[in-house]
Amino acid sequence: MTAAALPAPKAAGVAGVAGTALAALAALAGVALLAHRPGIAGSAPLWFWALVVAAWAFTWWANQRMSLLALPAGAAERTRDVAVPLLFGLTCFVLWEVVCVGAGVPLVLMPPPSAILERLVTSVPTLAADFNQTFVRAVIPGWALGSAAGFAVAVVADRVPFLRRGLLPLGNFVSALPIIGIAPIMVMWFGFDWHSKVGVVVVMTFFPMLVNTVAGLGASGHLERDLMRSYAAGSWDMLVKLRLPAALPFIFNGLKINSTLALIGAIVAEFFGTPIVGMGFRISTEVGRLALDMVWAEIVVAAIAGTLFYGAIALVERAATFWHPSYRPARGR
Amino acid sequence: MTTEALPARPSARLPSLPARILSSGPVAIAAVVLAILVGWYAMIVPMNAGLPSMPKEGSYAELTRAAWSLERPVLPAPHAVVAELWRSTVETRMTSPRSLVFHGWVTLSSTLLGFALGVALGIVLAIGIVSVKALEKSLLPWIIASQTIPILAVAPIIIVVLGSIGLTGLVPKAIISMYLCFFPVTIGMVKGFTSPDSMQLDLMRTYSASGLQTFAKLRWPASVPFLFASLKVAVSISLVGAIVGELPTGAQAGLGARLLSGSYYGQTLQIWAALFAAAILASLLVLAVTLAEKVTLRLMGGRP
Repeated sequence: MTAAALPAPKAAGVAGVAGTALAALAALAGVALLAHRPGIAGSAPLWFWALVVAAWAFTWWANQRMSLLALPAGAAERTRDVAVPLLFGLTCFVLWEVVCVGAGVPLVLMPPPSAILERLVTSVPTLAADFNQTFVRAVIPGWALGSAAGFAVAVVADRVPFLRRGLLPLGNFVSALPIIGIAPIMVMWFGFDWHSKVGVVVVMTFFPMLVNTVAGLGASGHLERDLMRSYAAGSWDMLVKLRLPAALPFIFNGLKINSTLALIGAIVAEFFGTPIVGMGFRISTEVGRLALDMVWAEIVVAAIAGTLFYGAIALVERAATFWHPSYRPARGR
Repeated sequence: MTTEALPARPSARLPSLPARILSSGPVAIAAVVLAILVGWYAMIVPMNAGLPSMPKEGSYAELTRAAWSLERPVLPAPHAVVAELWRSTVETRMTSPRSLVFHGWVTLSSTLLGFALGVALGIVLAIGIVSVKALEKSLLPWIIASQTIPILAVAPIIIVVLGSIGLTGLVPKAIISMYLCFFPVTIGMVKGFTSPDSMQLDLMRTYSASGLQTFAKLRWPASVPFLFASLKVAVSISLVGAIVGELPTGAQAGLGARLLSGSYYGQTLQIWAALFAAAILASLLVLAVTLAEKVTLRLMGGRP
């Protein structure tokens, strides 16, 4: 905190800071390797913990130096903005590893990241089957169906103001409810297999999409609408050529919110009953058998799947709304 | 459809009063709710038709009567759910494990504890993030990225791990609620603390205000609207966290437990009643936050 008052480091300091960061990486690697040495693993002496704290302090100092570095906007700054959280995350993982291994924390309580990684690598077929059951069969179809239904109802509601006035407050209200609770009902209706999970995901994703699309369809400005009207555009042209494109950022926002909701919905719905495959099934049964490394491996898969799903939507968004930031300056010219 | 969004033209006549009442918000909401109820009632006979206890043939009235009196319907009638809710809240002793008030309180207490802890943690983290540059650069990207992963899946681990070191009941569920709801609070409060513009900050500087004074008199008050926006999100996911936290323990107490045991034993009415109770609880919590927001903003001198 006190370092915030220091003057910004000179440009010549960049190399020094990068060196510090690399040294921090080396320190982390050293501590992690040391923790696994016989004689330290499980019964680490005091000097080892002192070393761990020192390494931690050193990486924090490296992060501090990197963060306070005044960089020109551009590649160097972007690299820094990626490097700092990476080093921080790595530090957290190494601390997790070192504490678990060094203090000999039992596997049933908290497996170290290395054990989780090992489990991840050795049980790829199981994880792949679970991923297929939950993500490919339940999350993706449910997300697509729920979002499409929300979108369709929003377009209809947009044409019927009465419907919109009735649906929008309800949609906002329902979005705050614990919809996940319909999982047992869906399991009862559609059986244990993926159909019931699709049902849960459809209901969970419907309302955020409805609310976002309705908001988006109202996002185009009066000027643009007047312009369209002066072109004698009908309501269809108005929708397709102006209001839907203007609504795209909102629609993508809904899709992104839904990507996380869909994954949560499918996993939690599996806690209520599944065939013997699926990410939620695996989490709930392996946790009962205290095989926490498997549970964590499943969570890692879920995290990667969620991030990639979100990232894919964000990429499509960038491709579809590339015009959006450049639109206004062009109009002002 | 396109003209109604335009500002009213001076020449345009106002619609008559009955027409305005008919197209007003509450009437529209009531109409949609009514349509949902009608659709629900219409679905009862077809949805339950496959049950062995349903007559195979008969007039629609007979079928309806049979479907309404089913003990374990596939789709219960709304009035049956309300009756079950009434029976399990008002007509059952509150301490009985059959009472939804009892289960609702179990869920509510861990929701509120987790909410309080999560909000406190979220605010502390946000203060740290806005005051320490390195913390902002290191932590904020992770907090934002964590929104894309289903962190709720960690809930069973927390229940089991804390259970194995002897912590059961309220605290593990509250911890799940806490870690779910600190994310939106942190993100909202970082936005709130950084919302004062440079002019306001410069003014504080001309008063030679210290960092702490700027925080207490400018950043903190400016962040209050952001705080309440995050609180509304946080309180509803806190409830979801508490409900999901009740699942892995094998259905002991709480609304989640009611859902799970209803699912085990095919007690559909119990599931629907628990679901309605959870929905009512969620709306009461959001309503409470909204009221607190209104009162606070008014006390702070905001225009109603």
